[in-house]
Amino acid sequence: MPKKQVKRNFKHTKSYKALVTGLWQDHPTFCMVLGICSMLAITNKMDNALAMGLGVTFCTAFSSLFVSMFRNAIPARVRMLAYMVIISTFVICVDRFLKAYFPAISETMGPYVGLIITNCILMGRAEVYAIKNGPWFSFLDGLGCGLGYTFMLILMAIIREPLGFGTILGKPLMPAFWVNWVVMTIAPGAFFLLGAYLWIFRTIAKKTET
Amino acid sequence: MSTANPFLLLLASIFTQNIALVYILGMCPFIVISKNFKTAVGMGVSVIFVVTLTAMINWPIYYKILVPLKVEILSFMIFIIVIAATVQLLEMLIEKFFPPLQASFGIFLPLITVNCIVLAVCIFMVLKQYNFIQTVFYSLGTSAGWALAIVLMAAIKEKLLLVGDIPKGLRGAGITMIIAGFMAFAFMGFAGMIPLQ
Repeated sequence: MPKKQVKRNFKHTKSYKALVTGLWQDHPTFCMVLGICSMLAITNKMDNALAMGLGVTFCTAFSSLFVSMFRNAIPARVRMLAYMVIISTFVICVDRFLKAYFPAISETMGPYVGLIITNCILMGRAEVYAIKNGPWFSFLDGLGCGLGYTFMLILMAIIREPLGFGTILGKPLMPAFWVNWVVMTIAPGAFFLLGAYLWIFRTIAKKTET
Repeated sequence: MSTANPFLLLLASIFTQNIALVYILGMCPFIVISKNFKTAVGMGVSVIFVVTLTAMINWPIYYKILVPLKVEILSFMIFIIVIAATVQLLEMLIEKFFPPLQASFGIFLPLITVNCIVLAVCIFMVLKQYNFIQTVFYSLGTSAGWALAIVLMAAIKEKLLLVGDIPKGLRGAGITMIIAGFMAFAFMGFAGMIPLQ
């Protein structure tokens, strides 16, 4: 397959590495258990999960890009504040965009859109990667982390929405005799599901804590 | 404007609307800092203090400055800057005037800036249109509820060491999630106790 050939050569470049660390090795949720507040809260519906994932990806990628572009101009003492200003700019963009084009999703997500600002993934990527690396690689790193996070949101929603509401993306999925597991739509179900995912992933990856 | 009774609001935000176990916010420190009972208490107290203080600062800023100027769009950015600045200021004040507190209290302050519940309280206060008194009680209750949850979690996790033998992959964050799930069930028992949506 010619496509795979291209990928193999591409595999040794720094760009590829920057993109992929966030997708698997340093996956924000499994390895670092970061940014799970909004993840648990909004994944009871697939459309919310997608909106949240894409929003976070956009914010992570562009805030990493901008932090990296200004990395020589940001004084070390106030860097946290600088990250926050940059991040909140993009979060405001996402919030306005959702309000304008997807008012229903914006309504159900409520405060969680604004809370992307305090999602530790964004701050973490800025501090760990973007402040030390060039704009292009930081952008890819942010993109990779955002996509890894989106993937996790989809994994959560794909179980919670059918079990909790009997639907997927708002369309009925389960047979008529199905009784909804209400617990999956609220907090306890989210906690149990993430616990189970962490267990499975960490057993496979052999990354354990003491 | 919301017409909720401030005192009921306080109780509701601690028990029926617990921010950690119903809204699932403030999870990063909830997992990381809940290993030790004493540390959890220190973190809980610092959060109560910072959340109440920042909500009291942000309310007038939103309603007296942003709304008259019609720049509510900037509210997220202003809120987070105010939070970061308040935390930084508190840190310096404690270092200067109350050095004994530094060891038990000061180390948590930098972590609080990125704790989602500080920002969440400010956003909820705007969404639910609370007045100033309600905001004070709401922020106090919310942060106290979070502190209660993290202290309970730390106490359970300390006892867990005595039980031993958790599957390897489940140790750390995994088991914390499972315990949090059971705690969330327990807190669901409070639902309907307080007549407030």
